[in-house]
Amino acid sequence: MNPLTHIQSRTAVLPFENIDTDRIIPARFLTTTERTGLGKSLFNDWRYRADGSEDPEFALNKPEARGCEILVAGRNFGCGSSREHAPWALTDYGIHAVFSSEIADIFRGNALKNGLLAVVLDEADHRYLLDHPGIELKIDIAAQTIELPDGRKIEFPLEPFAKHCLLMGVDQLGFLLQHEAQIAAFEQARAA
Amino acid sequence: MSTAPQTLLDKIWNAHQVAAETAATPAILYIDLHLVHEVTSPQAFAELRIRGLKVRRPDRIVATMDHSTPTLPPDANGKRPYLDKATEAQVAKLEANTKEFGVELYGWNSSNRGIVHVMGPELGATQPGMTIVCGDSHTSTHGAFGALAFGIGTTEVGHVLATQCLLQRKPKSLSITVNGKLTKSVTAKDLILHIIGRIGMNGGTGHVIEYRGSAIEALTMEERMTVCNMSIEAGAKAGLIAADATTFEFLRGRERVPKGLDWDNAVKLWSGFKSDPGAVFDREVVIDAATIKPSVTYGTNPGMVIALDAAVPAAKDALEQRALDYMQLEAGHQLAGTKVDIVFVGSCTNGRLSDLRATASVLRGRKVADGVRMLVVPGSEQVKREAEKEGLHEIFRAAGAEWREPGCSMCLGMNGDIGKPGQLVVSTSNRNFEGRQGPGVRTVLASPLVAAASALAGVVADPSQYISEAA
Repeated sequence: MNPLTHIQSRTAVLPFENIDTDRIIPARFLTTTERTGLGKSLFNDWRYRADGSEDPEFALNKPEARGCEILVAGRNFGCGSSREHAPWALTDYGIHAVFSSEIADIFRGNALKNGLLAVVLDEADHRYLLDHPGIELKIDIAAQTIELPDGRKIEFPLEPFAKHCLLMGVDQLGFLLQHEAQIAAFEQARAA
Repeated sequence: MSTAPQTLLDKIWNAHQVAAETAATPAILYIDLHLVHEVTSPQAFAELRIRGLKVRRPDRIVATMDHSTPTLPPDANGKRPYLDKATEAQVAKLEANTKEFGVELYGWNSSNRGIVHVMGPELGATQPGMTIVCGDSHTSTHGAFGALAFGIGTTEVGHVLATQCLLQRKPKSLSITVNGKLTKSVTAKDLILHIIGRIGMNGGTGHVIEYRGSAIEALTMEERMTVCNMSIEAGAKAGLIAADATTFEFLRGRERVPKGLDWDNAVKLWSGFKSDPGAVFDREVVIDAATIKPSVTYGTNPGMVIALDAAVPAAKDALEQRALDYMQLEAGHQLAGTKVDIVFVGSCTNGRLSDLRATASVLRGRKVADGVRMLVVPGSEQVKREAEKEGLHEIFRAAGAEWREPGCSMCLGMNGDIGKPGQLVVSTSNRNFEGRQGPGVRTVLASPLVAAASALAGVVADPSQYISEAA
């Protein structure tokens, strides 16, 4: 995983609440055995019309949203299934940060393990971002701040270990493997 | 050790900490049982291969295929009717991965294959006090046995394969006490739909729910599984019900449970996994069972629940209006009476023997309405066998329903069991998200009784008219 320290991009806004993982990536695209290539199916049933063409009304299809790396979504983003295909689809598409006022537990854990900054903002800051689509943000992960175009800074919470892993590009399996002796001792103690 | 009263969550958590959490690092939590299926495991096995790692404890894995598998039988040449090459390749990948890494697979030839959350308890692999994970959010089902069971992503599937551990921050605890008795035709499904409607689809986020109270204690194990299964639909990490005599009776004699003297010791150990009197929860909710009616969803998330005899409520915001528009429903009108195209009975929520019996009790001697397609999909080979032994499949077929092979089927439609755009499905599964059962398909979540009654009536229907006759 590559280190993720700063993100600078305009935002794309999906103001809907409860955007579930079936919405992010419908189940029929989960037949892949790879992690990559899911970006083209991100938000498939919103993004494309029945004839397969892009729906120009969908927020991510608008010219100003092209290339946006920051998604601002309504409350309770990522609810539903545990499919890691959801953050894979987002990162494959080019999204590096998701902000909401509430993010489902499994999705958030999956996102942070895949270099996708998924964080919860307080209601007022979240509302501001929802109401101002397309503004340029500068995210500093080490400082846990988002700088708005007017220079104002919003702080965001981030679990310390997930932060460490994002900043260093460390994957958590490596950390677990370092505890092999402790794991073995735990197993022996229980067997006794 | 602290002498303060502990919750069931505290006890299971403490018993599995390889390393306690600190400000800088999550706890290292040992995992007793890892359930593996074809959809969320291939990238995890690939990760192990890239790093040259082995599966640490193959003996702690139960692997099967359920999501992408066809529910129609093989043809005369033994060829299975997979939806496409991708679903077939995904199952083949699981067969190859489990073989390469020395993991036992409950595959096509196993008489125990089934939906992973139906199989685990059937085998007795699911036991009280355990930590159980699977790359599937409905792992919460196993909490019915007093086990801490939760869904994980594929990266974490890799962590457990390689180390038998996960890095986890301890969730908060939420006690939901249901006092009193459920009334007639009110099932465990109605109970959990009511709870989700009450606390909301994000009401449990960040929490593990422990269900308690006399109405919970009175439930059978299959009913408890239905309740815990849908904990995730309230956003909860897991659902828990403390093990008791009902639990032990269900587990006794099953393939993977301890035998003889070990059984007695296990029961003694398991009996300790319950919340102490006076244990403090982060939140508490109390519900009176008598107030619960047969319930269904009317919108596009599992929190949009009404009693079957209630009118569709007015939309509170644009999102809810969007849901009503998608469902082609109008506020103030009854959902009951709405035309039905498909009825699906099955899934890890309601695909067990008792669910099929309930369905059959309504269908017996009657016909599915013209123009309604009904699928009955057993949760496992074992459920299928037992149902056929009782002749339930004959009742389904005589009524005009399709009797299928076990699998997840139309719950998420990965195998091609889906509806057409605009069709309305009354489904005993767990999610009514837009497009979940096929693009444009409208889903009404309901109990097997309501599903069966709706199949007969051709519209969303109350089962009581059929039940009173049958009883």
